[in-house]
Amino acid sequence: MKLKLITAVTAAMMAAAPAMAELTFSALSYRTGPYAANGIPFADGYQDYFTLLNERDGGIGGEPINLVECETAYNTEKGVECYEATKGQGVLVYQPLSTGITYQLIPKATADGIPMHTMGYGRTSAKNGSVFSNIFNYPANYWDGASIAITHLLDINEGDLNGKKVALVYHNSAYGKEPIRTLEELAEKHGFELTLLAVDHPGQEQKSQWLQIRRERPDYVLMWGWGVMNSVAIQEAANIRYPMENFIGIWWSGSENDVLPAGDGANGYKALTFHNLGTDFPLYADIEQYVKGPGKAAGAGDQIGTVLYNRGLYAAMLAAEAAKTAQEIHGVSEITPAMMRDGMEALEITEEKMAALGLPNFGPAFSVSCENHGGDGFGAVKQWDATAGQWTMITDFFQSDQDVLNPLIEEDSAAYAAENNIEPRC
Amino acid sequence: MPEQFFFAMEVILNGFMAGVLYALVALGFVLIYKASGIFNYAQGVMALFAAASLVGIMDGQVPFSHLINAIFGTSVHHFGWHVPAILAILLTMGIMVLLAWAVNRFVFKHLVNQEPIILFMATIGLAYFLEGASDLMWGAEIKKLDVGLPQGLNETIDNVTFNLFGYGFFIDNLDIVATFVAVALVVILTVYSQYSKQGRALRAVADDHQAALSVGISLNFIWVLVWSIAGFVALVAGIMWGAKSGVQFSLSLMALKALPVLMLGGFTSIPGAIVGGLIIGMGEKLFEFTLGGMMGGATENWFAYVLALVFLVFRPQGLFGEKIIERV
Repeated sequence: MKLKLITAVTAAMMAAAPAMAELTFSALSYRTGPYAANGIPFADGYQDYFTLLNERDGGIGGEPINLVECETAYNTEKGVECYEATKGQGVLVYQPLSTGITYQLIPKATADGIPMHTMGYGRTSAKNGSVFSNIFNYPANYWDGASIAITHLLDINEGDLNGKKVALVYHNSAYGKEPIRTLEELAEKHGFELTLLAVDHPGQEQKSQWLQIRRERPDYVLMWGWGVMNSVAIQEAANIRYPMENFIGIWWSGSENDVLPAGDGANGYKALTFHNLGTDFPLYADIEQYVKGPGKAAGAGDQIGTVLYNRGLYAAMLAAEAAKTAQEIHGVSEITPAMMRDGMEALEITEEKMAALGLPNFGPAFSVSCENHGGDGFGAVKQWDATAGQWTMITDFFQSDQDVLNPLIEEDSAAYAAENNIEPRC
Repeated sequence: MPEQFFFAMEVILNGFMAGVLYALVALGFVLIYKASGIFNYAQGVMALFAAASLVGIMDGQVPFSHLINAIFGTSVHHFGWHVPAILAILLTMGIMVLLAWAVNRFVFKHLVNQEPIILFMATIGLAYFLEGASDLMWGAEIKKLDVGLPQGLNETIDNVTFNLFGYGFFIDNLDIVATFVAVALVVILTVYSQYSKQGRALRAVADDHQAALSVGISLNFIWVLVWSIAGFVALVAGIMWGAKSGVQFSLSLMALKALPVLMLGGFTSIPGAIVGGLIIGMGEKLFEFTLGGMMGGATENWFAYVLALVFLVFRPQGLFGEKIIERV
């Protein structure tokens, strides 16, 4: 009898399913494995924003949101498995959260007609939407990061870096090597001397690199690190008494996890960011009221306001806004991945829109187009205050050097198009 | 003398210091291998587990708090007290002894007389279990470990070398502490295994556990003892590495650094672990300094394994390992 009842209920639910349309988003997260400490806050922020939309607004455009989380442990093979396992569920957009997974998924997602958003990571030249039809990397990419760091150095040196020495301490991987080409171009343009210092994975031992820095005393050190490499580098810099205000990390080297282990030694360390910090935004009151208060926060609910939580929340906000744009373009609330792609390509983030969302000045204003899938390359610089135990924005959002970057992106994407027989579409 | 020469000396000295830290991890492997013939893949994870437990106890963290809160809908995270470092170290040692007992009671007791590869596979399972247990008990976030160890530039060495050579040598205070700790550990462990009753029993089990059983030595007790000592060594390694980088998952990867040290020093020699660590540490730093740049840098891991491979070819048992000859 019980079995019959269960079968009847299941059949009724299946029959009712088409009427219960929902927008499916995917979170390829890593709450376990070597980088779990960074994956957890991002995943929490991403999930909490969608929970907020469901609880407060009933979803997006009247459609409830279904978030499908799949654990990758930051492992490329697992990430691809997650993609294959979930794509049949009508996922509107993938955020792989790993450059390795991104590279594997670019051809797959393009062939499947599913858009992918790689915010601040992945393949930089995917900014060229003419070649990479389904890949988006707004609001900024690695090359923007390299240029933003150098522009900041120009700003604090009255526009002159001639004769200065800049060292890049980088993770010896495709990710770590990403900024080298751009920095070499910028070194030629601005006359600074660039020294490259590779660090072996995972980066627990960096004595050789920091002894060299102690000896050569570069004026500035940039870092492209991840995981333990960041905290060890900051500790080593403190050990050799390198002036921390001259040490700047990319946005993946600028979370609380990176600076806290070094204690007071990390004071003054700078990092780049493409979104704002803390919880001093009206939207966080809603998170408290609709998500954390009722016990619906993701994970332990203890990451709200951290750098990577805010990044996850920002990524979810951009995905939700693209979905809204897609609904407006196509005049339907039930959108498909192809419609979502159109929404992402027509996305426009303005100051007014962010203020209306309860996130005034949370990120740079930017717009996306067929040719430009990467936004306008705006970022800012933040600094760690060890006494207060918090990051502070020390600049407004400013733009990377598009004159240097655009030809590089054009060149790299053209090579990709030639290799893969892609006809530029716009 | 040219500055380049002093810089090379500085690199070599720092290489030795790094080697001591590698040796601390390798010591744990040697202890268990000597006593039971088990290559303990979980030694690195034990260092992570020990260090995470230490920080958790010091901070008064409620173990399994995320699990408790998820099941009961509570919001407990901390007991509200702070435990002094010394007491926390003793309590963590207690946890490692409990772990040693549990590992033997629930895993290795059932695997006596199994092939070494089976025992090795069991330690791989143990490593994954401990990784998850560590996250579940104490959380996956990166934790600052502060047991009062000095860190940063040693000013005395910097000043003295500057006055002598016109070049101030950088030596990290933490590395100096690690060196003293490693030397003390080796002396204590060597004396213990040579002169104490349990130490002799341990060596007897290592030589032939069936013969040891026949003269009344308890295999269970010896295995719990040796896993406890390995747990203590893991705690020491976890403290040293955790103080450098914070307590985080990557501590478990230090096992990869211990492997070439073991291949070079021998799997059964306590002094061999130290000498192997020093050679690997110094060698990889010197190679990076002299030739690394020409090869694109980041050669340390690569060089450590190549050096170990060369030693394996000419001396398979390692520098201090026992040469095993099986007669037909």
